[in-house]
Amino acid sequence: MINLVQTYFIEVMTIILYCLLIFVPLLLGVVMALYADRKIWAAVQKRRGPNVVGPYGLFQVPADGLKFIFKEIILPDGSDKTVFLIAPIITLALSIAAWAVVPVQAGVVLANINVGILYIFAISSLGVYGILMAGWSSNSKYPFFGALRSAAQMVSYEVSIGFVIITVLLCVGSLNLTEIVMAQKTMWFFIPLFPMFIVFFISALAETNRPPFDLPEAESELVAGYQTEYSGMPFVLFMFGEYINILLMCAMTTILFLGGWLPPIDIYPLNAVPGFVWFLLKVTFVFYLFAMVKAFVPRYRYDQLMRLGWKVFLPLSLFAVVATSSILFFFNLAPGM
Amino acid sequence: MTAQLLTFYLFSGVILISSLMVISTKNPVHSVLFLILSFLNAAGLFVILHAEFLAMILIIVYVGAVAVLFLFVVMMLDFKTSINKDNILQYIPIGILIGVVFITELIIVLINTKFDLSNIQVLPNPLSDFTGKSNTEAIGSVLYTDYILYFQLSGVILLVAMIGSIVLTLREREGVKRQVVSEQLQRQGKIDLVDVKPGKGVDI
Repeated sequence: MINLVQTYFIEVMTIILYCLLIFVPLLLGVVMALYADRKIWAAVQKRRGPNVVGPYGLFQVPADGLKFIFKEIILPDGSDKTVFLIAPIITLALSIAAWAVVPVQAGVVLANINVGILYIFAISSLGVYGILMAGWSSNSKYPFFGALRSAAQMVSYEVSIGFVIITVLLCVGSLNLTEIVMAQKTMWFFIPLFPMFIVFFISALAETNRPPFDLPEAESELVAGYQTEYSGMPFVLFMFGEYINILLMCAMTTILFLGGWLPPIDIYPLNAVPGFVWFLLKVTFVFYLFAMVKAFVPRYRYDQLMRLGWKVFLPLSLFAVVATSSILFFFNLAPGM
Repeated sequence: MTAQLLTFYLFSGVILISSLMVISTKNPVHSVLFLILSFLNAAGLFVILHAEFLAMILIIVYVGAVAVLFLFVVMMLDFKTSINKDNILQYIPIGILIGVVFITELIIVLINTKFDLSNIQVLPNPLSDFTGKSNTEAIGSVLYTDYILYFQLSGVILLVAMIGSIVLTLREREGVKRQVVSEQLQRQGKIDLVDVKPGKGVDI
């Protein structure tokens, strides 16, 4: 037993340190994303947004967090209390777990596994359970409707996201995220695969329940959707999980289509900048697009959402898989052939 | 090695306990959630076996898609009225019958099998060499060449099942207004945008 401790103690400690190195910047990123989201939204509508707490309102989000910590956690009477409390924890834990395989720079990644992209896809497909459990355990009609909508929406758009990922993988020949980025050294994938980039971006909006696809929490119809009955810390866990998922989708867009940590052009002043700076810049840019879409696109109707997912994106991405593989095959461009 | 053993016991222990909970909890939704937990831990066992592709596919297909639909259906059941303790007793004879049949089959198989390594026959078509190939590549190189017939057959079976269930549940409802997007788009040329001057109005 002592031997075991000696062998693994240092290893476990390093892993915990790495986890903190992911977790702390991620929390900071979520705080900044929440702030940026509100500021951009406000700027589009010619408002000022948060500007009271701290310089330029920068401490508004921490102040809100503090408020939530001291609020009472209300457990609804008829709810299934265990499931009710597990649901937000699952949402947050899953959204953080997916970041374990995201490479920020060449070699800077916690787990450089062979099936990285499948891992992210699997973890994000689990995210629906947090919402389903929350909606069911609340024992109330609005959360239940919200959960049903959300589950149907996420499952539908996962299909087209899967096919878009396959088109990228066809051009790479590997499931490893680092290799996906390295394959874009000559050309970022958003140029040859531009339609798929658009499909992925819109599906990412739907997958993270962002506006214009925020029907699960459509406040004009369902109060607040699946999180209606939540208050205090569990609500914060949901919100953090949601925003970490949004950042994950931004990072995925960056890795799959915008060349990850690679500079735009491989010349001197640009490639001297460390890779993670480029990565951060690109993630910020994609998040800016997310925030702008939220600000100026009206909410979809539910049947329009389903039509877009199943009748437009699914045939389009299926066709793209066939077309990409045919082109790669006939022009002998396929990697590993 | 020890760490591997520990993780193996962790995963398989959780699988055993959660599988027991699947059949012993009263609430059907809890049963499904425990089923999902055991699926996840089975994926963990695959990872220990270095079959990471299978593990991820197990999570994506079973947990991410099949179990979601399962949970979807079970969530809508009115289970508060359907659970009745007296009903459970009437299933015991069938349960015992299935158990007895299963154990007999196991015993027959165990008696007839000789655990003798020299007896094992070499496969007629040994699998090709997988050294240096990743998991995904190895599965792909066999699945789409040697086993293409079975792969396609299972695809056709799934397709038939899907079309069958759609045909069975499809019904035409009357009085439903549908949005026809192409019709809406065709209206584009028929609409005039007129700048109405104050006090003058427009000609119709």
